[in-house]
This record gives sequence, structure tokens and C-alpha cells, in this order.
Amino acid sequence: MRQPTSIRKRLFYQLAAVAAVLSLAFVLVVRGVASQAAEGTQDDILAASATAIADSLSSEQGEVTLELPYSALSMLGTINEDRVFYRVTVNNETLTGYADLPVTNAPTRLDTPAFSTEIYRGDEVRLTSILRRVSNSATGSKVVVTVAQTRSGLAAITQRITVTATGVGLLFFLLATTLSLLAATSALRPLSRMTGAVTRRGPSDLRPVTEDTPAELAPLVGALNSFMARLRSSLTRTEDLITEAAHRVRTPLATVRTQAEVTHRKLNKPEHKQAIRDMIRAIDESSRSAGQILDHAMVTFRADSLALDPLDLAALITETCDRLAPTADLKDIALLRKLPDGPVPFKGDGIMLQAALHNILDNAIKYSPEDSDITVRIEVNSALHLSITDQGRGFGDMDFESLTTRYARGANVGDVVGSGLGLTIADEVARAHGGRLELSHNKEGQGACVSLILPYV
Amino acid sequence: MRVAYFALRLITALSMWAGAASGFEIEDRQIYNAASESSVLRIISTADRAVFEPIIFAFQQANPGISVDYTITGTTDLMKAIYEENAAFDLAISSAMDLQTKLANDGFARSYLPTNAASLPDWAIWRDQLFAFTQEPAVMVVSDTYFSQGAAPQTRDALIALLRANPEKFRGRIGTYDVRRSGFGYLMATQDSRTSETFWRLMEVMGRLDAQLYCCSGEMIADVASGKLALAYNVLGSYAASELATTDGFQIVELTDFVNVMLRTVLIPSNATNVDDAQAMVDFLTALRTRPDLVAASGLPPVDATALQDNPALRPIRFGPGLLVFLDQLKESKFLRSWENSIVQETP
Amino acid sequence: MRYLLIEDNLKLAGAVVERLQLDGHAVDHADRLDAATACMDVADYDLILLDIMLPDGDGRDFLQRQRRAEKRTPVIVITARSAVSDRISLLDLGADDYITKPFDFAELEARCRAVLRRQGGAADNQKTFEGTILNLTTGELQFGDSSTNLRNRELRLLEVFFAAPGQVFSKSHLIDRMFSFSDEASENAIEVYVARLRKRLEGSGARIETVRGLGYRMIAA
Repeated sequence: MRQPTSIRKRLFYQLAAVAAVLSLAFVLVVRGVASQAAEGTQDDILAASATAIADSLSSEQGEVTLELPYSALSMLGTINEDRVFYRVTVNNETLTGYADLPVTNAPTRLDTPAFSTEIYRGDEVRLTSILRRVSNSATGSKVVVTVAQTRSGLAAITQRITVTATGVGLLFFLLATTLSLLAATSALRPLSRMTGAVTRRGPSDLRPVTEDTPAELAPLVGALNSFMARLRSSLTRTEDLITEAAHRVRTPLATVRTQAEVTHRKLNKPEHKQAIRDMIRAIDESSRSAGQILDHAMVTFRADSLALDPLDLAALITETCDRLAPTADLKDIALLRKLPDGPVPFKGDGIMLQAALHNILDNAIKYSPEDSDITVRIEVNSALHLSITDQGRGFGDMDFESLTTRYARGANVGDVVGSGLGLTIADEVARAHGGRLELSHNKEGQGACVSLILPYV
Repeated sequence: MRVAYFALRLITALSMWAGAASGFEIEDRQIYNAASESSVLRIISTADRAVFEPIIFAFQQANPGISVDYTITGTTDLMKAIYEENAAFDLAISSAMDLQTKLANDGFARSYLPTNAASLPDWAIWRDQLFAFTQEPAVMVVSDTYFSQGAAPQTRDALIALLRANPEKFRGRIGTYDVRRSGFGYLMATQDSRTSETFWRLMEVMGRLDAQLYCCSGEMIADVASGKLALAYNVLGSYAASELATTDGFQIVELTDFVNVMLRTVLIPSNATNVDDAQAMVDFLTALRTRPDLVAASGLPPVDATALQDNPALRPIRFGPGLLVFLDQLKESKFLRSWENSIVQETP
Repeated sequence: MRYLLIEDNLKLAGAVVERLQLDGHAVDHADRLDAATACMDVADYDLILLDIMLPDGDGRDFLQRQRRAEKRTPVIVITARSAVSDRISLLDLGADDYITKPFDFAELEARCRAVLRRQGGAADNQKTFEGTILNLTTGELQFGDSSTNLRNRELRLLEVFFAAPGQVFSKSHLIDRMFSFSDEASENAIEVYVARLRKRLEGSGARIETVRGLGYRMIAA
């Protein structure tokens, strides 16, 4: 399988490669120029030395003679400690100096220094020769002055410059690489910003992406937006369809159920009545399941983009209890509220919290015996403890963990209508708020205690 | 003891014969055996035994196991031994900077960086091959008989004027090096000639006054001390100073116009075989300044940059290819001709 | 009690009307909003049952019009939507309560009673027998100087007897009236509740008599 390519990596590698090439070029150019300059300097001094020697040539009684100037050689010692050799030939006969000093590049023009590089006495030497004519006789003599110097000083200079240039080049490379890394990151920042903006969205957030996008990304964003628009309309259609379907199914169900109730009232035979009762129960069960599935879907959906609205938990509990009181009343169940005086401020998603509370209470009412109490409590300490305690049959020996998994139902509730999603919904709401659901036995007797533990945000 | 001494003499005699055979002239040779010998360091040197012996002993104390074979020769012979005859030595010590420079320049020296290189002034090392360990001024020595304390001339011009004013008093009583015979004398003379025109005038005057020519500083100092000479020009200051410790009758004058300062140098010949010990000796010599006892015993003033800074008249001779100039055959013969013309005047 | 049912599905409407009439309520039915408005012009209702989706408009608009016109007749919305958010928005719009299709009539009745009780209306929704007064909305039972509040099931049981004093009701009939379909009720439960009611009625002009083999009836003490 091919590795997915990273634009950032590619951009970085390319920039780094460019930086490497530039650094290398820099090193080579600086080294070249510097060593050329150093060589030029040596050549200049050698030429000056040779010229000074040539200038002190004279003729004495028909013989060419030389008064070697002190400075001619001492000047060669000013910039380095290289070895110095010289040779003066008159008509190819050595007049003075190192007779074995090779002169391969003999100058042919007067006063134009000729340079060459040779190996002499085990070292590389740079030679400069100057041709002079000394009029010691009718024909005059051809005098060649050659001055040579070893190049270890030059090599040292070149080496030093190379080291410096390499250091600078390396530094440049590192700097350029760092900068290219930053540049690559910065160039791709709009992309990651967009990615972040899209990632942070909940699954229902299908608004068009409006983040500032560079021109290069505009087509992509355009395509993404148009895709999301299509998805949005498709989802809207689906949602409408589900709502419509719910409506369409629920209305005939209501009709059937009502008719069943009427029929049930009119029938006398117990077996007929039982049949109708079973039918009504089936309808109720499917209706309740549908309601819980929709609630669960809603909770999952909202958890992705949790709203953090300031709300009053006490009011929310009161409202939900009021709402469920008539249902509880049918079984002579009292909903007792032990709430603190005054509001209990909390930041969260009211609709989700209400769904959680509704489902826990609904469960509690379903599983409570008639003529019992259900207590709703808020305790405020380091976190908010919202507990619902009933006097029902409790959780028995059930594993608390598995009770909150989807569709699990207590082992001892076979006769109660329910889909088992109630606790799962509450658990997910608690988690979405950074809290947790705690299941325990009623400490004051038989029954279950379900606690939503919500940290302050 | 006696047997050992006899053996030494015998070896010396034998080596003198061997020296003669090899072409360069050996003045003296001494072998300083180590108690338990593990290696031999062969030194060829221009320094007298009296001067160098304390250093050898101290070296052996610091490096037991090294025997030192110490051969004394003149500066020119030392050059000849190494340059022409490829004589086998591990160390060459000479007061002739120019010749030592030529040895290094022409590839007869081995490179080494002394362990105490950082503490040495830049001008004390050349090419990592030539190491200066003393700085010795060329001084004038005057006789007490002719000059009361402090009455000697302080500059070359004053000296010329004095000599011109009193030709009879000084005739035949002035000494200086015979630069044809002494490498040190030749170096000092050429450096004088480079530094000032007064040199040739002085030579003129001295020639007219029938100057006596010497091969060595020691003889000149002795003649001045005895009153045979009134003054000697360009005497090796270190010898004069150590002589003054034991001899009366003369004064040392450092002229105030300028004083050439010669650097005594050591180099490791390229054909040295006992390089390790040679390097140890180089380290030992370049650290001479840290051993005041040896300075006192040998009378060799160590390299000391601050002493030069304190006296602006002191001009240390710089290493470099410039020193090769007066070794040029043409240049040398011309210089000697001029010198002879000035100083060697046939007495009528 | 007099109900106005606004529901466009005629089959459901028919069934609901019949079901409510079984409990002795009067029900008018309107299948459109304009018909509903017409009904309300000519009659006073104790309670309106309102479906949201109607052919000539949204039930929510009707709700808002009612509230703006300051008509206080309680409205219970019948909705096919079960999402919490939908329910909340209904309450915000001024519905007194809502019930999701399909619904249990026992629950509907309980909600109606709760709504009426909250409103403090229908104070005259009461029945008298032999000087004993039963308020069907609040569950208050009065005779002589004493006044007690019945619990829901006690009320629902006594309501049956007050609707037809002297008539014998079988245990199974009483179970049907007292328990919702999700409850598992036994004939023993009826005996328990009858015993409670007898205690409640002690000292009043009414008593519940066991008619062996047939059931129970309420007669003058």
C-alpha cells in the first residue's frame, strides 16, 4: 500500500533540499573565491619579491651580479612561515640561489611574471619567474629570477576558510531548514485550521465552511461546501421522513389503542379481555421503545456539540417531576423532591439533562410498586449529585456496568414494558457533561438509586 | 671514577678522529651516561660545555634513563654537518639563527609543537621547527684600564667620535669578530649593517685603528679584562655576563642606539632517530625561563618577552626568509669584500 | 366534563370520542381549526385536546391565538412527535400539557385532572351522594365537617361508585377502571382498595356493600 503523502513533508523536504543545494554552493563558492584570493595574494607577493630581486641586478665588469635585497625575501615571511627558495640564472647558468629549483614555466616576455606549481624538496611550491635583460655585454644577458614558496600557509588559510564556510553553510542550512519547517507549517495552517473547524463540528453541523481560505483551497472548500449542502438536504429529508413516519405510525397506533381500550371495556369474557390487554401492551412497548430510541439518537447527536447554557437544575427537576407526576399518580407513587432552596446553577445542555432525568424517572415509575415513593435529590459538594431513589425491586444481582450498555435490561424486569435504553441515555448524558452515572442500592431499604454525578464546568 | 673519566676521554679522542673523517670539525665531545641507560640523545651544539652542562644534568634528573651524547662544534661546522654531511644527531643547538633558519627552510628540520608553546612569544618559534630558548644581546665590552665606571660611550656615534678623537690611544686595542670565521659574528655584522649606516663607518674607523679580529667571544673578553684590549665590539652578552661573575677588569656596555638580540635556537634534524627524547629536550629548553637555577648556572638568559618590551633598544632578530639573504653566495662574498675593505687594512 | 377534540384523523377521533364517552364525558369533535373555532364560539369546554398537524393549519398557531385572546380553557396537545425538544417547545407555546400518541386513557385522564387542578378551574366538577361530596378533579371527599383527599386509585374507584350509586360493579370492571394496562392487577387488589374506601367513608352517609358473587355497590349507610 502506498503511504499517504504529506504536503507538509514534501514541502519541507523540497525546501530543505533547496537549502542544502544553496548551502553547498555557498561553501564551494566561498572556498573557491577565498582560496583564489589567497593564491592571488601569494602570487602577488612572489611577483613583488621576484621583481625586487630583478631590480637589484646589475652588471659589474661585464658580469651580471646581484645584491640580494633583504626585503625581497623577508616580505615573503610576513604573512606566513612558509619555506622560501629562489634562483637566479644568467643565460640558463645558475648565478645564485637553489640551483636545483625547477623552472618549468620559463617566462618569455620581459617583466611579465610566469607562475607555476611544482613539487620541490618534498613540498608543493608556487614559483614565480621574471625575465630581465641585463646589458653586460653587446648582446646582453637573459636573466631569469625565480622565487618559490611552499603553500602550507595557503593550505592553512584555505582550510580555515573551508571550515568557516562549512560552518556558516551548515548554520545556514539548519536555519533554512528550521524556517522551511515553519514555512511549511505556516503555509498549511489554513488547511489545518479548516480541518480543525470541520473536525470540531458535530455530525449535524453541516453549515458551509466560512473560515478564511487561501485561493488555492477555495475549490476544495467549495466542493466540500456543496457536498455538505447536498448531505444537509439529504439528512433533512431523512429527518423529515423519520418524523413523518413516526407521525404516520403513531396516529394509527393511537387509533388502534383507543379502539382496543373501547373494545376492552365492552368485552366480558376474561380471555378476550386478556387478548386485548396484551395487544395494548404491545402497542405501548413499541411506542416506548420508539420514544427511547429517538431520545437516545438525540442525546448522541447533541453530545457531539454539547451546548453549555446556564440553567437552573432545580427548576429543570421540578418541571420534569411535574410533567411525570400524573403518570406516577396512576400508581399512587409520590415523587418527593429534596432540592436545595433557590436555584442550582449549572452549565449544560438542558434538553439532554431533561431527557436523562425523564428516562431515569420513567424507569423508576415503571419499576416501582404502587403506593411507593420516588425521591429526587440534589446534593452539592465538589460535584453535583443528582440522585433518584425508588423503592422498587432494585438492581438485584445485576452487574451495574452492563446495565448502562445499550438495550441491556435488568434480569428481573421481564414483565415491565421498556427497551432498556433509559440508563444508557442517562449514562451518555452524564459522560457528555464530563460526569458519570452511578448505580447503587437504595441505602434506606429496598430499591435502586441512580445518581448523575456532574462536575461543575 | 677515574676509569670512567679515562673512557670518556678515549671516546672523545676517537670521535674527534671520526669527526675529522666526516669533514666537520668537532671541538669537543662529552657523553653524559644515565644511571640506567634506556636511550641516547645525540646533541650537536655550539654552546660550551660549561654553559650547557647544568642544563644536561637537570634534564637527566627530570628524565632518568637518557644518556646525552654532547658534541660541540662551531656554527658553520654545525651547518655543514647537517646540511652537507647528513650527520646523525637528534638535536641541533646553535647561536647562528640564520643558519638554523636555512636548515629549517631547506627541509632539514622536523616539526614539533612544544608542550609549553602557548606560553612562548610568537617570535620564539618558527614553522614549528625552530625553537628559541635564549635571547642574547650583542654587547660592547670595555676595559677598566681605559674606561672608568660609566665613562664608556653609550652609542655607536659616540664610539666613532671617541675613536676618531683618540687614534693613538686605541690603535691595536680594539677587538671584534672575524666575521669570516664566526657565524655569530657574521650574523651580528650583517644585522648591524641592515639596521644602521653607522656600522660601516665604525668598521672604517676600527680598520684604521688596526682592529684585532677574534674567532670567539671568550678570547675577546679575556683580552679586554687583561687590558690587552680597550674594548671589544659585538661580544655575546651572555658570555660576558657569566665571565664578569668570575673576572674583574671590564665592564659590559649595552649601547643605547640599538642592541641586536640573537636567539639561541634548537631544532630537531629531519634525520633524528631519537625523536621522543629530542622533543623532551625541546620542551625542557623552551621552559628554561621557569628554572632560575639553571639560568644562573648556565648564564643563558631565557626567552622573555617582557624584558624586550622594557628596553626599546633591544632588537630581537626575527626569524624568516630574510635571514637567508646574507647566506646568498653573491651577497655573502660582497659583504665580506666590503667588510674586508673596511677593516682589514694593511698596516703600513 | 366537556371536551373539545381537535383531530383530523377521523378514525382516531371517533375512537377517542367513544372512549371518553364511556367514562361519561361529553365530547365535541372538530376536524379542522375553523370548525374548532366555531365550536368554541358556541360552547364552553372544560378542556381542549388538540392535535398539532391539521389540514388547514398548524395546531401551534391555534394555540398561540388562544393564548393571545386570553382564553384560559386548558389545552392538552396530542402529538405524534416524541422528541423532548418538540415537547418543550409545545409547553413554551402555552400548552398546559401534552400526551404522545398512542396514549393511555388513564394517563390522559390523570393529566386532565392535574391540569384542571393546577388551573383551579372545574371546582364544580363534583358529585354528591347522601351528603357525601366527591370532587372529581381534586379528589376531595367531604361529609359533615370532615374532608379528606383521596389518592388517585381511591378516587378512580370511588368515582365509579359515585357515577352510578346503587349499581353493582363486578371486580373485573373495577380493575379495568382502576388500573392502567401496564399494571398487573389482581382481584385481591380491589379488595384492598375497597377496604380503604370503606375506612374513608366511615361516618359518612355512604357505604360500599359487597354483593356476594357479583361485586360491589355503593348504597346509603
